[in-house]
Amino acid sequence: MALHPQHWLKPMPGGLYCEPGGFFIDPSRPVDRAIVTHGHGDHARAGHGKVAATAETLAIMGVRYGEGFARETQSLSYGERLGMGDVTIMLEPAGHILGSAQVVLEHGGCRAVVSGDYKRRFDPTCPPFTPVKCDVFITEATFGLPVFHHPPDKGEIGKVLHARELFPDRSMLVGVYALGKCQRVIALLRRAGYDKPIYLHGALQALTQLYETQGVRLGPLASVAGMVPAQLKSEIVLCPPSAIGEVWSRRMGDPVPAVASGWMRIRARARQARAELPLIISDHCDWDELLQTVRDVDAPEVWVTHGREEALIHAIQQTGRRARALSLVGYEDEE
Amino acid sequence: MQLFADLLDALSYQPARNGKLRLIEDYLRHAPDPDRGYALAALCGELELPSLKPAALRDMTIARVDPELFGWSYDYVGDLAETIALIWPVTDRATHVPPRLSDVVERLRLAGRAEAMILMSDWLDGLDATGRWALLKLAAGALRVGVSARLAKTALSAFGTVGLEDIEEQWPQHEPPYTELIRWVAGGEKPAARNTLGFRPLMLSHPIEESDLANLTPHDFCAEWKWDGIRVQIAASDGQVRLYSRAGEDISGAFPDLIEHVDFEAVLDGELLVARRTDNAVEVASFNDLQQRLNRKKPNPALMLSNPAHMRLYDALIIGNDDLRPLPLRERRQHLEAWYAQRPRLRFDLSPLIQFANWSELVRLRADARASGIEGLMLKRWESPYIAGRVKGHWFKWKRDALTIDAVLMYAQRGHGKRSSFYSDFTFGCWRPIVDEHGNPGRELVPVGKAYSGFTDEELRRLDRWVRNNTVDRFGPVRVLSPALVAEFEFDSVHESTRHKSGLALRFPRFHRIRWDKPANEADEVETLKKLIS
Ligand SMILES: [Zn+2]
Repeated sequence: MALHPQHWLKPMPGGLYCEPGGFFIDPSRPVDRAIVTHGHGDHARAGHGKVAATAETLAIMGVRYGEGFARETQSLSYGERLGMGDVTIMLEPAGHILGSAQVVLEHGGCRAVVSGDYKRRFDPTCPPFTPVKCDVFITEATFGLPVFHHPPDKGEIGKVLHARELFPDRSMLVGVYALGKCQRVIALLRRAGYDKPIYLHGALQALTQLYETQGVRLGPLASVAGMVPAQLKSEIVLCPPSAIGEVWSRRMGDPVPAVASGWMRIRARARQARAELPLIISDHCDWDELLQTVRDVDAPEVWVTHGREEALIHAIQQTGRRARALSLVGYEDEE
Repeated sequence: MQLFADLLDALSYQPARNGKLRLIEDYLRHAPDPDRGYALAALCGELELPSLKPAALRDMTIARVDPELFGWSYDYVGDLAETIALIWPVTDRATHVPPRLSDVVERLRLAGRAEAMILMSDWLDGLDATGRWALLKLAAGALRVGVSARLAKTALSAFGTVGLEDIEEQWPQHEPPYTELIRWVAGGEKPAARNTLGFRPLMLSHPIEESDLANLTPHDFCAEWKWDGIRVQIAASDGQVRLYSRAGEDISGAFPDLIEHVDFEAVLDGELLVARRTDNAVEVASFNDLQQRLNRKKPNPALMLSNPAHMRLYDALIIGNDDLRPLPLRERRQHLEAWYAQRPRLRFDLSPLIQFANWSELVRLRADARASGIEGLMLKRWESPYIAGRVKGHWFKWKRDALTIDAVLMYAQRGHGKRSSFYSDFTFGCWRPIVDEHGNPGRELVPVGKAYSGFTDEELRRLDRWVRNNTVDRFGPVRVLSPALVAEFEFDSVHESTRHKSGLALRFPRFHRIRWDKPANEADEVETLKKLIS
């Protein structure tokens, strides 16, 4: 008789715990054994005993926390099976950032998929999300409201290129999350035919370099340190979103502040971020993509973690599936 | 519609005037006729469309999406038009083409409410989220993208080959979609003149100080009081009247009590005041009383009775069919006086000339003038023709000395545009006595005004650094400052106000000097300010 995942996969204060396997997934506090879906700070923390993740995620953690961020690491390729206690696990691409993975768990004749953060859009910097049929699908709901429809990336990148023509005396200062968004925006600019050097804030350099050593081609890049406004006219400069409007940004002269994030869909959020050019580019699913994914994995039951759960649960229930909230603390909805 | 929607979207995020100009200019260059003319009209607030009820728009949306999901979404987004624009279900674009802006305007203008809703839902199907948002804004009648009519016309001028002044003069002779006007601006033939209701850009003055007088000859100039109202132009022709602000905004609607006394054909320059008539004398009220009128787009009868509008004339551009602008001021003044003497009008009078023999006499007159309604002196060269803009050497304003106080910086906020990384907007306060909970007398700071200017770039950098190092608390974007820095603020006058905690309101406050040296407890008291009330 099949053993329903609700008996062996439990939310605990430290994160989602798999009892028969003896491990946590993306724990928010140090644990003995952890599986980490991807390198974002709220999912990948330092100080665990043994960490299993993709080689790329382990490399990202190494850059962020220094070698020795865990006592022991184990790298897993996508599709490779690993037994942990009574549970078989496997990582599948999540399409969120470089190295991001869904965790497929099999136990007692049942299969659960913890998708971590994921998206369905094409991303030149990582392999696409692979839907895995399962009994229970565990999903985030960062953009879990029907107001979130991410427009095509091409048009958003086009806004930056158009602004360059409109304001040839100003630099384009694009606020991006250091891990994932930064490299994806660079890659999208390249696909749009932009081949000039792209300038980087110091906080973005280490992870961008890592992407390159992992084989993601990003074209000519340069540090913005030491540049003066006259040299940056109509150039594209990337920085963390928080640097826009801070003292540092004055070195750009009078830049066009842009912010690349799914939140830019909401005008109040864009104004709050002081974006003159809000770019709706997200590393998470929009509303339709969340629902499409639930159909693709065809799970009779869905657990919804961080984000706007209630609306998504309501919408999933309307399709005749079971859905419930799984309260996990410690995950941020930043991107 | 898509181009217009992208324009509105970009404008709504663009804080800088120059940036806005660039965006509108770019739009005018790429959008076809008649759409771009309607876009200009929309930006100038000149499109009259049937207003659609928010409740009806909401019902129309709920008919298409789950009401529960709509509720959560509206709670989250907070703005109805934006929520509808974002949640509107995407249909097959192949069967729904986006409408043109001109279609939207022309059909909506003729449609009744019920028909308008059907049109709207059809158009919403054809547009993307930005297009839907712009359509809903347009239909709501308020674009709120921070563009004034003047700014839109400035962009039109930059797009073409015609000066702003000429555009403003022509503008009222045309109607949306302004096709003929735009063709002219783009390099075509000038449309024939039809009437004189247009705004003529004003002749402006330069500031002057006592020390400058030595270079000027007294008898080359006429002197008038500088009235503490707002500069206006009244244009009347064919039974129609327009009252324009100094920037050329039509403010006729706010002053029907003045307009109703216009029975002439002329274009006149003067000061709009609140003034009360007492036995043959006209008594000018404080700027505060005028401010109450300026705050109301549609004044109620009681306010018009208590704060009657009045125009004090000082120049004539056109009387009847005669364009007086090329004539010297000496002759224009004669025409104005002769015209007024023919038939004085209630609510209008002439700004009297001040007789003086030499500069020292004028210096004395100015020093004595502390009466309400007087802001200083105007000196105008008798030979000056009426020339639009700030032409050197003709007109001078010699303001009454500004008032000053020492106040403590209390709150700071970041500026906009180029200043968005600097703390440049300050609230400052003065001391007033209080009794604490133990019954001991003490003092507290109360805000008395806000200032954004008057410092150099270097001082701004230093102020910004000071703010970052002396913040004691934050409320959203506002930093609460340690009460430790004093600055001397300049302002033109002070009035009683119920809107402020101190009971006072300052007019045009700005930084005069930052007193890095002065301890906060030596700043002025609110009481000191009260003595300066005009
Ligand atoms: Zn993430």
